Amino acid sequence: MQPMTATRPAPAAAKRDPAPSRVAYKAHRLWLTPLFRQLMRVGVPVFLLTMAVGWYFSNPTNRFAIMEKVQEVRRSVEERPEFMVKLMAVEGASPVVSDAIRQMIPVDFPVSSFDLDLDAMQAEVAELDVIERVDLRIRPGGVLEVAVTERTPVVLWRAATGLEMLDATGHRVASISARNGRADLPLLAGSGAQDDVPEALALLAAAGPLARDIRGLVRMGERRWDIVLDGEQRIQLPEQNPVQALEQVIALDQAQDLLARNLTFIDMRNPARPTLRMAAPAVEELRRIKGLELGGPAQ
Amino acid sequence: MTDLYEQQRAMRAMRTAAMQRGVVAILDVGTSKISCLVLRFDGPDHFRDADGVGAMAGQSAFRIIGAATTRSRGVRFGEIDAMQETERAIRTAVQAAQKMANIRVDHVIACFSGAQPRSYGLAGSVELEGTSVSENDVARVLASCDVPDFGEGREVLHAQPVNFALDHRSGLGDPRGHVGNRLSVDMHLLTADSAVIRNLLYCIKRCDLEVAGLASSAYVAGISALVEDEQELGAACIDLGGGATGLSIFMKKHMIYGDSVRLGGDHVTQDISKGLQVPLATAERIKTFYGGVHATGMDDREKIEIGGDTGDWEHDRRTVSRAELIGIMRPRVEEILEEVRGCLDAAGFEHLPSQQIVLTGGGSQIPGLDGLAPKILGQQVRIGRPLRVQGLPQSVTGGAFASSVGLCLFAAHPQDEWWDFDIPTDSYPARSLRRAVKWFKDNW
Repeated sequence: MQPMTATRPAPAAAKRDPAPSRVAYKAHRLWLTPLFRQLMRVGVPVFLLTMAVGWYFSNPTNRFAIMEKVQEVRRSVEERPEFMVKLMAVEGASPVVSDAIRQMIPVDFPVSSFDLDLDAMQAEVAELDVIERVDLRIRPGGVLEVAVTERTPVVLWRAATGLEMLDATGHRVASISARNGRADLPLLAGSGAQDDVPEALALLAAAGPLARDIRGLVRMGERRWDIVLDGEQRIQLPEQNPVQALEQVIALDQAQDLLARNLTFIDMRNPARPTLRMAAPAVEELRRIKGLELGGPAQ
Repeated sequence: MTDLYEQQRAMRAMRTAAMQRGVVAILDVGTSKISCLVLRFDGPDHFRDADGVGAMAGQSAFRIIGAATTRSRGVRFGEIDAMQETERAIRTAVQAAQKMANIRVDHVIACFSGAQPRSYGLAGSVELEGTSVSENDVARVLASCDVPDFGEGREVLHAQPVNFALDHRSGLGDPRGHVGNRLSVDMHLLTADSAVIRNLLYCIKRCDLEVAGLASSAYVAGISALVEDEQELGAACIDLGGGATGLSIFMKKHMIYGDSVRLGGDHVTQDISKGLQVPLATAERIKTFYGGVHATGMDDREKIEIGGDTGDWEHDRRTVSRAELIGIMRPRVEEILEEVRGCLDAAGFEHLPSQQIVLTGGGSQIPGLDGLAPKILGQQVRIGRPLRVQGLPQSVTGGAFASSVGLCLFAAHPQDEWWDFDIPTDSYPARSLRRAVKWFKDNW
């Protein structure tokens, strides 16, 4: 028989509600402390990681293994064919200079472009006196291009150490064994001559009519120029405005045929007062003529 | 007296610290359950100015972020009986609430229902020093109350100024600034058994928590279960708890009487257990599922299987009709209500202008109680549920949690108590002044 009222389901047994132990309670409270929580969530992992990494790297074997691996990866990238330099092209240099440059840059091609220290190579090549300017670049296609501008020698300089060729700025270009090697170039002498090559060139340009007779320019006392002419004649020029003084001498020569006379020195060191020194026989002749004029005893 | 004053002040300081930190737990140590709620304070800005002497203790809006309830262990009649057990139960509740809130709680405000609370009305009066009432005058008039001899081993739990009178004008909420000559005060003092309080403090201390306040459960249940006009006009709140039934009478938003009857729902369970010869757990289950106080003809036919696990078929298949169960429960509920009636009579409840009675607590959920209670307590009886507060879980909104919710309100917005006011200057010992002078001499 059905009961009049529906039987209600028996309620579930009371929920288990065990008390936490004192330790668990304290640990839970500790865990809820913000500072402690931060420490555990950030501080401890960071510390452990640092310790682990530190321990790993404190072992030299591990360190070397890692370095080797890094090197290996690096090499494998560097030695890809895209980065390889296969040959060197020297442009704008004479064959001698080109050979010298090739000897100065002893690279065994092919080589990775990462291994080329272009700055150092440029500095090394630029140390050659004959090179005015050098540009190094790696052209697409694996070519090391060395673009060179050479210095052009304009004068010879007879220095204490030997005969040198200088360019227009006075920089040494190369040595030369004999004057005859470059007979077309004017000759400078005297110490300090290389410091004022532009002035010497200006003098030579101004010399115009005398150019044939000039043997060379001598730097005197590292401050002024002497022009040495054929026949032991010297034109001593002042420090200031030597070109005007030279032009004065040329004007005198053209007017009075000065240089054809028996003179040894034309002293223009004081341009306001040109002074001449005659050769010894001329002086004696002059004296004799003077004696005659004064009625002295004739010899 | 001073000792108590210091202790309560220390609790107030602790409460201020908790408010600053923004988190405080409230702990309702009852006979049948221990509940813990974690409150987060939002700051004092959202709170309207309240009536009364003013917020000496500070107040704040709050939100419940953690709630846990556990079966109470080791508590009888609202008093701690087995310390270890209770400590464990408190630990369970606090840990679960902390876990839900995901925050560590260090300060706790506790309430308990037992400890035989006793109410005293105090009166004091003093001549004003100036023409108007100053803070110091309020302190002096509070100090002038003559404290009754409440006996050895009792401690003051609440001491609230209820009413201020200035000359012939009575009923002042806040007398500060009023002009007059003679200020008098009525104060309500609630004492409780100090051993019980000390046991509770010890248990809470064992859980690594700091006590930031203590309250009587009857008082805080009244705060949450009575609506505003009931508190204003006069009403009694009856908190039908597990081991003790708390009683508090409110008037003008102040508790004017508090008491407790050492009878409760556990006694009903015991009666069922004895009457039906079932274990207490089964009796409790039967009470909550089928209990009632008003039998009808239908109840005769409804059979309840009360079960058993003896192996004896006859014994294990016993049934009992719901009418029989009601027959067991009703006399005990009547007894509780009659005891309450006696307390109300003793307190002079019939002289109040409004005689609203609000039943709350777990016992108020017995079906048919709203029919039985008016027969004993009077016509104006209603079943009360606690106030809705922000963040309260649905499972904590029942009448059984009236004192928990009330304790939240108490934590956020305490009434001014004696110890919130300054100590009157003339009662400072002269020695301290001499010490100050000596310190100046030593240092200059």
